[in-house]
Amino acid sequence: MLLGKADYPVAEKHPDRVRGARGKALSEITLDAVIAGEVTIEDLRITPAALRDQAEISAAAGRPMLAQNFLRAAELVAVPQDLVMQAYELLRPGRAKSRPELEVLAARFRTEFAAEGIARFIEEAAVVYEERGLFTKRF
Amino acid sequence: MSDTPNRWRRFADWDDRPLRLDKFAAEDPANGFSAFHSPADPKPGVTIAKGRVTVLDGVDECDFDMIDRFIASYHLDPAMVPEAMAMPSADLARMLVDMTVPRETLVRLAHGLTPAKLADVVGRLNALEIAFAYSKMRARKTPGNQAHVTNAKDDPLQLAADAAIAVGLGFDEVETTMRVARNAWSNAVACAVGAAVGRWGTLFQCSSEEAEELQIGMAGFTSYAETVSVYGTEKSFVDGDDTPWSKAFLAAAYASRGIKMRCTSGAGSELLMGFHEAKSLLYLEARCLCLQRGMGVQGTQNGGIDGAPVTATVPGGMRELMAENLLAVWLDLECASGNDARATESEIRVGAKIMPYLIAGSDLICSGMGSILKYDNSFNPSLINGEELEDYLVLQRDFEADGGLTPVAEGRALDLRSRGIEALAAVYDELGLATATAAMKASVLVASGSDETDSFTPRDVALISEAIKARGITVIEVIKALAARGFREEAENLLNVVKLRVSGDYLQTSAVVRGGKVVSAINDPNDYQGPGSGYRVTEERRQELNSIRDVLTQREVLRSEAMHEREAARLISYHEAGEASPGGDPAEVVIGISPAFGVKLFQTTAGHKLSDVLAEMSAAIRARGLKPRVVRFRHTADTSFLGLSAARLSGSGVGIGLQAKGTAVIHQKDRLPHHNLELFSNAPITRLDHYRGLAANAAAYALGEMPEPVVVPTRGEAMGSRFHARVAMIYAIETEMTSEGAAPVEVNISFKGGPHAAG
Repeated sequence: MLLGKADYPVAEKHPDRVRGARGKALSEITLDAVIAGEVTIEDLRITPAALRDQAEISAAAGRPMLAQNFLRAAELVAVPQDLVMQAYELLRPGRAKSRPELEVLAARFRTEFAAEGIARFIEEAAVVYEERGLFTKRF
Repeated sequence: MSDTPNRWRRFADWDDRPLRLDKFAAEDPANGFSAFHSPADPKPGVTIAKGRVTVLDGVDECDFDMIDRFIASYHLDPAMVPEAMAMPSADLARMLVDMTVPRETLVRLAHGLTPAKLADVVGRLNALEIAFAYSKMRARKTPGNQAHVTNAKDDPLQLAADAAIAVGLGFDEVETTMRVARNAWSNAVACAVGAAVGRWGTLFQCSSEEAEELQIGMAGFTSYAETVSVYGTEKSFVDGDDTPWSKAFLAAAYASRGIKMRCTSGAGSELLMGFHEAKSLLYLEARCLCLQRGMGVQGTQNGGIDGAPVTATVPGGMRELMAENLLAVWLDLECASGNDARATESEIRVGAKIMPYLIAGSDLICSGMGSILKYDNSFNPSLINGEELEDYLVLQRDFEADGGLTPVAEGRALDLRSRGIEALAAVYDELGLATATAAMKASVLVASGSDETDSFTPRDVALISEAIKARGITVIEVIKALAARGFREEAENLLNVVKLRVSGDYLQTSAVVRGGKVVSAINDPNDYQGPGSGYRVTEERRQELNSIRDVLTQREVLRSEAMHEREAARLISYHEAGEASPGGDPAEVVIGISPAFGVKLFQTTAGHKLSDVLAEMSAAIRARGLKPRVVRFRHTADTSFLGLSAARLSGSGVGIGLQAKGTAVIHQKDRLPHHNLELFSNAPITRLDHYRGLAANAAAYALGEMPEPVVVPTRGEAMGSRFHARVAMIYAIETEMTSEGAAPVEVNISFKGGPHAAG
């Protein structure tokens, strides 16, 4: 069953659904656990499941585009920071020199991270950039 | 002052006012200087073929630029377009101000409206209608506010102290940035620690280069980002080194790290960047906002922002800033509504600019308000700054409008600063980053701004900042350091903020944290439907808004008068000697004093001792060879009647009325009550020499002369605002002591010691 507005905030209404990236429940993320070294920064990362929950809630609240953003985000959770920043950089004007360069990037998201939505988003950008001449050299 | 002979010198006076530092630009649509309308703005229109947009606002699909393409693909809902675009703009404009039309209806329609149509609709509203529509359409019910916390030295101790103050004042968000780019990590840690003092839930961001900002966020030091800028023309966008796709990717990247994010846009940015396409400011901003909704960001920071000053130079510029904020909330975006970059040097224009937002409310009224002094604001001065922050607190109280802030008492402010400084110093010391000396901490504690501190220098900070980054220190180490040094409460608070990202509840539209709970457009939706609905200031909140400092009470006034009572007793005594009757001596001038004079009240509102006033007056009358005679009236406390009654008892027919607060009048026995000879109505600026002059003139009238009236010069001080609360309380003390028909009492005055003892 999809989550709706009444399930929000999820941390209050469904604390059992909320887990850190290593599976820790919110109730386990305490100051004492941090001091004891049982909680790391990894435990304070959002999960794809949490983002999908939030996407369901935004869609139910009449915000389909925000929901789409959360779904793209869910695909990016597992993507290492370096690749995220590399992809962002390549999407900036004139960084990629050709459409295939972006298509290679898209394929990598699709195959390595099953990030189908992100892959299609990058491919769409590649088409538009070609139309608008953004692959021309920028100084 | 101008020496030009043929010039009304009022213009020279006006030249000297701060307003004239503001520059104004002529309306010139061809060159981008037009708020609402330009011949180059397209006519609204959409063509849909086979479920896709083929014409958008007059542009064919084959000619779409990147922004058109993105809006057509991601903002416009083909299912909604026919219904929404068919509605006349005038009807939509009426619906925006019709309280019976639910917000949801308008939000749904917006999914089918093009930028040109949206701009056309809001452009039809006047400023009042825009403010009203904004109040109805904003997403979250409870209003909030954001602070800038920066300083000219990037001093972390001061950042921590000022962040703690911002939290104490009730800001929902704190934004910092740096003077020196390298200092980002230190600034972020300092503000994160300072913002953990007192309570938890203030969201925090460090505005820096995109990649670094995201890294700082991933290390847990920040909880939101808002400097993801978008622009309304393709060339501006590319010049800003981004595309709608790169920015939308970044938006997803922030959400994937559990960090709240909003975009930034605003009128004037395209104009400043030189790629305005001769379009109006509002139309270009409508494009930015449709783009943002399409990107799927939860909110925007708009309302000019860095372009606000140039927008304010254009006719209608301030109305345009309001209109673009309205567009943002109509598109269902959280709105951090500008009111930041100071668009004017005129304090009147500042006050006028903030008022509609204060009354209408906003997700974040300022984005942000300078909680620090102007020169310490590394974003440039805000509309309202540390200097003027108390004015804003008073505006909240004046209009019973919740501007998101709560006054902080002086003692509490010092406690918060001290805690912030000590916590940050402990973290830096524990992590081996730096050690702050007692002298450094002491200088920051009481400093209003960085000019007054003797603390870390920008170079010291660069070394600290680079070490934080190089060592890969995360918020976990900072939390541990806080706990290890006994700052357990701050450690808990900081952990709670970072924990927000696990559920992602605060990624939803307009989310802030209040009382330890996430409050957003989902669980606190704006439900305005007319009087009694929507956000209302509760009695409890009203008391908070009222709690400004130095508020007078009658008890306070009586206590301060009582402090003067003992001193007065050493200087003067009033011997009451029975009922006063009319005198027959043409050489006497009666001074009629009020019921509480020298009994409960002992000084004028200007602070002169009543004994001195009486001594000066008596001496002046004697100097003309006449005799002063003091009578206390108890049937009235009114100056005119005190004077007239005194005149009627006076053998010369001339009397002086003198209230304890210092208001004085010369009267003659045959005149109408309010037709006096001379009056001092402005007691707060009346000096002893004026009282002496007044009494001398009374004596002159008694001698049949026609003296030059004494004029108490005023420089236009707002006497009422300065004194009327006190005057009303003092006067109530006088009137309480009157009783109808009470007979006047002869008073023998003796001065004891002091310069007037012989008087």
